[in-house]
Amino acid sequence: MTTMSSKGLSGLSLPKLRAAWIGPLLAVVLLFGLFAILAHETFPTTNTVVTMLRQTTVVGIAAVGMTMIIVLGGIDLSVGSAVALTTVAVALMLRGGHGAFASALAGIAAATLCGAINGALVGYMKFVPFIATLGTMSLLRGLCKGMASEQKIDAEPHGLETLLAPLPDGREWMLLPTGVWITVILAIAVALLLRTTQAGRYVFAVGSSEPAARLCGINVPRVKFGVFALAGILVGWAGVLEFSRLTVGDPTDSVGLELDVIAAVVIGGGSLSGGEGSVLGSVLGALLMTIIKTGCTHVGLPNWVQEILTGIIIVVAVGLDRIRHRQGE
Amino acid sequence: MSASVLHGPASGAVGLMARGLQKTFGATRALRGVDLEVRSGEIHALMGENGAGKSTLMSILSGAATPDTGSMELGGAPYRPSGPRDARHAGVLLVHQELSLCGHMTVGENVMLGIEPAQFGFLRRSEMRAKAEQALRSVTGKEGTISLDARAADLSPADRQLVEIARALAVPGCRILLLDEPTSSLAAGDVDRLFVLLRELKQRSLAIVYISHFLEEILRVCDVYTVLRDGQVAEKGTIADTTAKKLVLAMSGGASSAGTSPIEEALVSSEGEPTEKAPVLVVENVAGVKKPSQASLTVHRGEVVGIAGLLGAGRTELLRMIFGLDPVAQGSIKVASHSGGASPARRIAQGVGFLSEDRKGEGLLLSMSIADNLTMSRLSGLGPSGFVKDGAQRESAKKWTDMLAVKMRDVGQKVRDLSGGNQQKVALARLLHQEADLFLLDEPTRGVDINSKTQIERHIRALAASGKAVLVVSSHLPDLLSICDRIGVMYRGRLGEIRPASAWTEHALLAAATGAEGNT
Repeated sequence: MTTMSSKGLSGLSLPKLRAAWIGPLLAVVLLFGLFAILAHETFPTTNTVVTMLRQTTVVGIAAVGMTMIIVLGGIDLSVGSAVALTTVAVALMLRGGHGAFASALAGIAAATLCGAINGALVGYMKFVPFIATLGTMSLLRGLCKGMASEQKIDAEPHGLETLLAPLPDGREWMLLPTGVWITVILAIAVALLLRTTQAGRYVFAVGSSEPAARLCGINVPRVKFGVFALAGILVGWAGVLEFSRLTVGDPTDSVGLELDVIAAVVIGGGSLSGGEGSVLGSVLGALLMTIIKTGCTHVGLPNWVQEILTGIIIVVAVGLDRIRHRQGE
Repeated sequence: MSASVLHGPASGAVGLMARGLQKTFGATRALRGVDLEVRSGEIHALMGENGAGKSTLMSILSGAATPDTGSMELGGAPYRPSGPRDARHAGVLLVHQELSLCGHMTVGENVMLGIEPAQFGFLRRSEMRAKAEQALRSVTGKEGTISLDARAADLSPADRQLVEIARALAVPGCRILLLDEPTSSLAAGDVDRLFVLLRELKQRSLAIVYISHFLEEILRVCDVYTVLRDGQVAEKGTIADTTAKKLVLAMSGGASSAGTSPIEEALVSSEGEPTEKAPVLVVENVAGVKKPSQASLTVHRGEVVGIAGLLGAGRTELLRMIFGLDPVAQGSIKVASHSGGASPARRIAQGVGFLSEDRKGEGLLLSMSIADNLTMSRLSGLGPSGFVKDGAQRESAKKWTDMLAVKMRDVGQKVRDLSGGNQQKVALARLLHQEADLFLLDEPTRGVDINSKTQIERHIRALAASGKAVLVVSSHLPDLLSICDRIGVMYRGRLGEIRPASAWTEHALLAAATGAEGNT
């Protein structure tokens, strides 16, 4: 039976088409084209495109971290809380008179610590990721509300606000704001880590089959810990960008962000059962969601249509993925 | 004990009858025309080697599988269960070998699972309790020790087995009880308790089909027997007229034990006793947490040592302990000059490779490529420190897949797409790539087509010839006899003496594995 199918249709079809990110890329192109036709005056402009890229960065970089976690066979529900905690930490540092760089670094350190705690629970204490991060989601949210005394924290951003702001006159040569560029570099670095290093293979191996990974001599708890901690760094960066947008520390910010992040990864071909996913796919997934939001606004469709469309995209993406898999078998 | 042989024509109405059952799975003909007649008030032993067709037959009787051809009758009426539920309604109940209680639920809830008395969808608690109590007491006696409110997970294996049986008896109209290896997880005292119960059930004119590998148990408790071999009935009769020796002969097929295999010619090169060579693995009196209970062996460079035994005898557990996957409770394991703690990573560094019997669950990373699977246990050297270069990885993988003649499109193909035999070759190739000196192979030829099987066996001999040490576990006795230099048999967790392969026959191995050795 198996030899039949391996020589069957899937053997003849272009192997490249089986890459997970092809689908999301097509969807991005199609939807962009659609909105470009429907709102041809406002949508296909440099301005709109740059704005969309800026808006995608927070979900996008968090989705890059989530990609590693989902490839590992895990999940992280505490992303939103960790982002809020980061904005609060950054604001508190700034208000304490520290510079922009030190404050951003402190924010990232806080999120990394959150990631490491998740990693320790999941890796060394063998908690189910869903449960462990459900716990830290609530815990971190409470913690940052406490730190901020349940108030927004105003602070002089000392230049952090420029990370995502539209480029001022005279710096158009950069094309995109610094924050977007740093995000792109981080995403590429993680993509290379997953694709070209031993550690990257180990992440896929653990996600594919934990017992088999163990049998290959892979230190499974360490891999899990490392992935969650590294994802924490990326969530920290997402938090700094979020602060850059808000220019306040907001303990009630980003509630439910993790669901957008998970949706981006799933649209991008990540499988919640582990072993599959790609950074490029996830970033495209995040971009797709922004395109739907922006496009609907430009066309004048109400919010509820956007939500329905996003839902359809998620279901269709997963459905197509299943078909792609069945071909492979 | 002696009063139990009561299968006279009076009480022996035909309970369940099967005629000409055939069943094919893919290319395997699991059953090729099996007849079975189970009478009420009788304990009917169903015997055969692994793969003889016992499990398939049980599946068909219990409704989990439908036969390709053949017919069945239950109490004189045609019996064609559409599924396990239907079979239960008809009164045919299977007690699984793998205990299948819901650990989080109470004993009472487990006993009544699926047959809860209810009205408009609401449970009738008191009636449910009364019925569960009744079923449980019929198993444990009036002063039973098992509480209805105990959590199933907290029970001992023996008590769980009793609850399983109670669950079957609680089904209204239960008349045929199918027991699959009911004693494999029980201690000797509990086995006695179970047998007392089985004899009682027999008096209540239930028909019992009893599958077991343990001959002495069958001789003690069963009335009649049917031996399956290669999907056919090899022999049947009454227990009173047979001996352990005859049963072993019937299971092994007598003739095949005398023949020598063609691969034996390959053995000629290693004719000399390998005792001069350095020991690679020394296992002394080890015991695991549950199994094995006692095992000692030494494997030298250039030899293949085999371990025979039944499923569940503790062979797999022994290999896993050596590889550091399972904890060692007692004794010592020394690999080359290394003693002390073990983990798979450390063992791999010491030059040990392990091939899992569970190819899909543990052996392979099914969603990953052939190249990834092959190189995963030694990625270093495939690129600058910490990196893996695709080209280098593919090249290394290609080298081994060519050598082992793996049939595939490309090393980038997912392992999931390969056939069983080719998957097994990839799993074996991983050990070659990691440059292991000691190969621990658990059922290396299980579920593998005949061509791949011969190739894999040839590779194992070649490994030994090149100075590697191999420890192989297999349930297929002719294979062991043809590839091993020395063989030991594990029986209920104890590894017997390791003797040269020439000192064994298939018959003798089977006798030792089923515990018939001391009986006759």
